[in-house]
Amino acid sequence: MYRYDKIDQAIVDARVAEFKDQVARRLNNEITEDQFKPLRLMNGLYLQLHAYMLRVAIPYGTLSGTQMRMLAHIARKYDRDYGHFTTRQNIQYNWIKLEQFSDLLDDLSKVEMHAFQTSGNCIRNISSDQFAGAAADEVADPRPYAELLRQWSTLHPEFSFLPRKFKIAVIASEADRAAIQLHDIGLQLRKNDAGDLGFRVWVGGGMGRTPVLAKVIREFIPVSQFLSYSEAILRVYNRYGRRDNIYKARIKILVNELGIEEFTRQVEDEWALLQPLALDAPQSEYDRIIAQFPDPAFDPAAPDSIDVSNPEFGAWVDQNTHFHKQRGYASVTISLKPPGGIPGDASSAQMDIIADLAERYAHDEIRVTHSQNLVLAHVRKVDLHALWTVLRAAGLATANLDLVTDIIACPGMDYCTLANARSIPIAQKIAAKFENDGAAQRDIGELKIKISGCINGCGHHHAGHIGILGVDKKGEEAYQLLLGGSGAEDASLAKILGPGFDENGIVDAVDRLIGFYKSARTGPDERFLDAYRRLGPAPFKDAVYV
Amino acid sequence: MPHILTGNRLETGDVLWWDGSDWTLHIREAALIEPAAIEALIAEMKPAERINDLAAVEVTVEGGSYRPTTTRERVRAIGPSVRPDFALPSLPVDTI
Ligand code: SF4
Repeated sequence: MYRYDKIDQAIVDARVAEFKDQVARRLNNEITEDQFKPLRLMNGLYLQLHAYMLRVAIPYGTLSGTQMRMLAHIARKYDRDYGHFTTRQNIQYNWIKLEQFSDLLDDLSKVEMHAFQTSGNCIRNISSDQFAGAAADEVADPRPYAELLRQWSTLHPEFSFLPRKFKIAVIASEADRAAIQLHDIGLQLRKNDAGDLGFRVWVGGGMGRTPVLAKVIREFIPVSQFLSYSEAILRVYNRYGRRDNIYKARIKILVNELGIEEFTRQVEDEWALLQPLALDAPQSEYDRIIAQFPDPAFDPAAPDSIDVSNPEFGAWVDQNTHFHKQRGYASVTISLKPPGGIPGDASSAQMDIIADLAERYAHDEIRVTHSQNLVLAHVRKVDLHALWTVLRAAGLATANLDLVTDIIACPGMDYCTLANARSIPIAQKIAAKFENDGAAQRDIGELKIKISGCINGCGHHHAGHIGILGVDKKGEEAYQLLLGGSGAEDASLAKILGPGFDENGIVDAVDRLIGFYKSARTGPDERFLDAYRRLGPAPFKDAVYV
Repeated sequence: MPHILTGNRLETGDVLWWDGSDWTLHIREAALIEPAAIEALIAEMKPAERINDLAAVEVTVEGGSYRPTTTRERVRAIGPSVRPDFALPSLPVDTI
């Protein structure tokens, strides 16, 4: 894992000192709320329905045990004993007090963490593949490049006041576990015919009010030049992105208005202009950062077989472990979607347990996934049963990864000021129909249900096999139903199926969709999404709107 | 339709209700405000800047207690509907 050097720490310390001063001045009424609000937002502090909400950055979703333990401490000391892991691979706290905020920032900075650039019109937390460094299908570990992007984008003076927020994701395999086609920039690490590493560059994807899939603007940019190329993209966007209309300010609108050829031409021209400035990091800096992401000291004698004579354990191994590049190892997904739970929530005690397990069994590394789960990337197969036993006792061994109960849900109207409707209760009601029957869930197979409480789409409803969007219908909560989305390498945008529903209606509609799918699929191997793509919306619509 | 006044405390973010002379954490202690007086009251309070997001909330009065007409404001008054453990026994989440 990357460790801060003196410069990284100095940047965080200076920013913390600056914001602590701003908080003190606000508490003393020396600045007005109108003056303070943009400052607190730039430091990840929102005022939500019930209290202040703090979003802490988790760079590319990677944490050490020490950092996770600090997140637990913060939940315990400054919040209500829990945190919420988000679709941006960050963590949010819902009950923060401004008067305690300075102490909280000090605590965070002790473990090389902070909350800036988790809000505002800047480059947000870089996201990545939760199996980075462990996946057998990656060409190289994408995290050093994500780290370079983190350093480049941190307090970048030119890009601190962009037309809108800006999200970048980095992956290193053909399988897309970070939804890169739904990012402002998606970077896919690959090798060219000569065996050199570089990035395929996608631009202009996004969800929200105007969902768009990103387009490729370059098939290959050498890794040695990807920072200056990113700089060129940001410069074109910063110059021409619309600032007159918040709904048209994202880069996807600019790409659409200019057309991809013209946008690409402008980026290439800008990039050519940047060349003499030598903005790319020197090789020594690449080497310094790459050296901080070595493979862990794998046990070459680790046995490759697992005793799955306990069927409950076997089901968990089948569902929640992922193939690892190292023989004798697996990557484990810890589901934060237990029966009756709130998607993405973890208690302080659970966070402490996960930190302990990471230190004991997983080379002291934890990952946050964009599906609001956690991952221990490097676990010996021989340790899986011991790990599972502890997870199970802590309510963390739900064997439902990518199944119908592994639902993404944004905080919705239970917490969020922007919401039209609640998301979490819908997730809970849908899950309740299946959560006591693991076999039935496995029979349905991969099914990604994603729920947002408003058009901003934090719950990725446009990328759901089944997407649900909360809307306001004359003051009442209502829900639109969308089908056919995917945030994976086969990315597609979900489309509205028909008229909306109330709370119970949407739950019944999902039930009917699943019933129809099971009757219409060619076999257990045909996923819900594949059946939808094969059959089109009409029969699904007939099944729902009876 | 009757209205009450709400805001969030600067120091803590707590949801507050105006009782006619001070702020209270309990919606049942709020004071009804004439719609015509709301704008002036908010304008009067704003310079003090200790309460954020001042807003009037439309309520119905049922059995002597106030019920905001929107789900959003009921959630604000009671707490997240998915955390019944945070709600007051006198104002449980099933009243959202
Ligand atoms: S999608 Fe809307 S309701 Fe949900 S967290 Fe985002 S802004 Fe809030």
